[in-house]
Amino acid sequence: MLLTKEQALARSAHSVGGPNETFVLNLGPQHPATHGVLRVKLTMDGEFIQRAEPVCGYIHRMHEKMGENRTCAQFLPNTSRLDYLSAMQYTHAWCGIVEKACKIEVPERAEYIRVITSELNRIASHLVGWGAWVMDLGGFTPILYAFDDREKILDLMEHICGARLTFCYYRFGGVVNDVDEHFLNGAREFVPYMRERMRMYKKLVTENIILRKRIEGIGIITPDQCRRYGACGPVLRGSGINYDVRRAEPYSIYNRFDYEIPVYHECDSMARYLVRMDEIEQSLRIVEQALATIPEGPFVNPKVPKVLKVPAGDYTFATEAGRGRFMVRLVSDGSDTPYRVKLRTPCLANLSLFEETSAGMLLPDALAHMGSLDLVIPDIDR
Amino acid sequence: MSSPTVEQLLAEFAQLYPPPPPPPPVAEKPAAEPAAAPVAAAAKPTAPKPAPAPKPAAEGVAPSPSVAAPAQEGAPAPAKPVAPRPPAPKPAPAAVLQTERAHCAIAVDFAAKGYHVDLAIPATEIVAVAQRLYAAEFSLDTMTGVDWQKLEQMEVVYDFLHFGNGLRLVVRCRVPRANPELPSIAHIFQGANWHERETHDFFGIRFLGHPNLVPFLLPEDATYHPLRKDFIRAAD
Repeated sequence: MLLTKEQALARSAHSVGGPNETFVLNLGPQHPATHGVLRVKLTMDGEFIQRAEPVCGYIHRMHEKMGENRTCAQFLPNTSRLDYLSAMQYTHAWCGIVEKACKIEVPERAEYIRVITSELNRIASHLVGWGAWVMDLGGFTPILYAFDDREKILDLMEHICGARLTFCYYRFGGVVNDVDEHFLNGAREFVPYMRERMRMYKKLVTENIILRKRIEGIGIITPDQCRRYGACGPVLRGSGINYDVRRAEPYSIYNRFDYEIPVYHECDSMARYLVRMDEIEQSLRIVEQALATIPEGPFVNPKVPKVLKVPAGDYTFATEAGRGRFMVRLVSDGSDTPYRVKLRTPCLANLSLFEETSAGMLLPDALAHMGSLDLVIPDIDR
Repeated sequence: MSSPTVEQLLAEFAQLYPPPPPPPPVAEKPAAEPAAAPVAAAAKPTAPKPAPAPKPAAEGVAPSPSVAAPAQEGAPAPAKPVAPRPPAPKPAPAAVLQTERAHCAIAVDFAAKGYHVDLAIPATEIVAVAQRLYAAEFSLDTMTGVDWQKLEQMEVVYDFLHFGNGLRLVVRCRVPRANPELPSIAHIFQGANWHERETHDFFGIRFLGHPNLVPFLLPEDATYHPLRKDFIRAAD
């Protein structure tokens, strides 16, 4: 049973400085629960948070300036280093914006490959987020299962592009290598395997009373807060807003597949948890359909020039990454390097609402709440 | 107007910022790109005030095939040189650079650009516009700056989106590069708090009324603004 602040204060031992004394507690920048170099400056009133101020920038690398000093092709690997768990969707956004601006056609087969790899990447990303979050909450077992499943995806990815984390597999006009039967069969086998595992996770974790006590009703984020802070991804859909870039601003060939956008209206951490678990199933559905209908043909447009000059203008392109809406703005003056690159990352928006939503929480609840945002720190600091 | 359409938005902003009259033929105009005419035509009927001299947009433009790359938004080419509001800038001699747009809303081809409506406003009016957009249930997607060094200007770009219908709206303000200041909108869209701090970090643009305009991603004692175009070779 949760105590109210008054009850907790009534039971607590006498504090030295009187009832109104607060103290500052630094969470991070090196702390296991922040999953990276994030520092949160907590002003505590006993066990209760008065103010939690995230301090960002410990892994800031100025990717946007790098974008101004490199050609579009040279900048491509940078995008997979922002949210390293969603590298496919991030490189997709950069390829997409250059293809849009330069009017490069993408062959049919390449679009299918992109959808399959992006959705597999989303599953891997949710598995890490899920396992790490449950580990924060004290359950060590699930992350071992999650990494076991993720390993199968990473092996498939490694087979087609050589990388296991910071994939740089997409190219302007297609992908770098064609997929072979080994990959396709592996992905086909993975779908039923993962479905079976999801049933097990439901029993093992989702219905676990300890987990539910920790996250149900904790970390309420209202739809209005989502709107004011620009929240996105599972955070937004856990607050009852049915918004997904794949539907709202359709890109690639997502409009050909039959899938649902999971939405929960409870606005708490459990809702965000359930959105992610349902998204794994929906991604499996998309992968299954794409694998069944993938056409033969070229995997990259052979007519893409080596030196790309983006026509002058101001372009944006968004993709739905594992953590939400990733948008790139490319301002070009017509030369071979971009004039300005803006990377709009989902974790920055999702963390920015933490200060408002965590006020008045118990510290362990705030950590459960922070885990529900599924943060990747290099994505915030860029 | 809980889920405004592009037309409703254009009509609303056309009342606030009427589209300027088509310019007389000027030599220094950038050539109108093919996309310009249909889009401008689409925007026109929504404007409640008919422009004084409603010539077809394309014909007002001298057919000088200038070296200039097409204008920034793809659409507003005809509207550029004569803005109804005072700060009509001189087009840059370096023709590749984009010139400031007239203060008005235009429809943009989403498939080509990635947003539906492009609104240029004076910097002093960003708060009023943000309040209207908040009332219309828009969300602040992001905001950023662009340093137009040769024009001696800074551009602040706000990206809005609507969760209901996916409408994307871009709002642009220009401020002088020597004294880049504009009002903060962090009291309307709290997400702007961090975006404004970041924009201040990178460009030195000051947001008046911001509650805590201290470095966000840069070190706390940083005195430089790395995304300014004159910030080069910092490692030397």
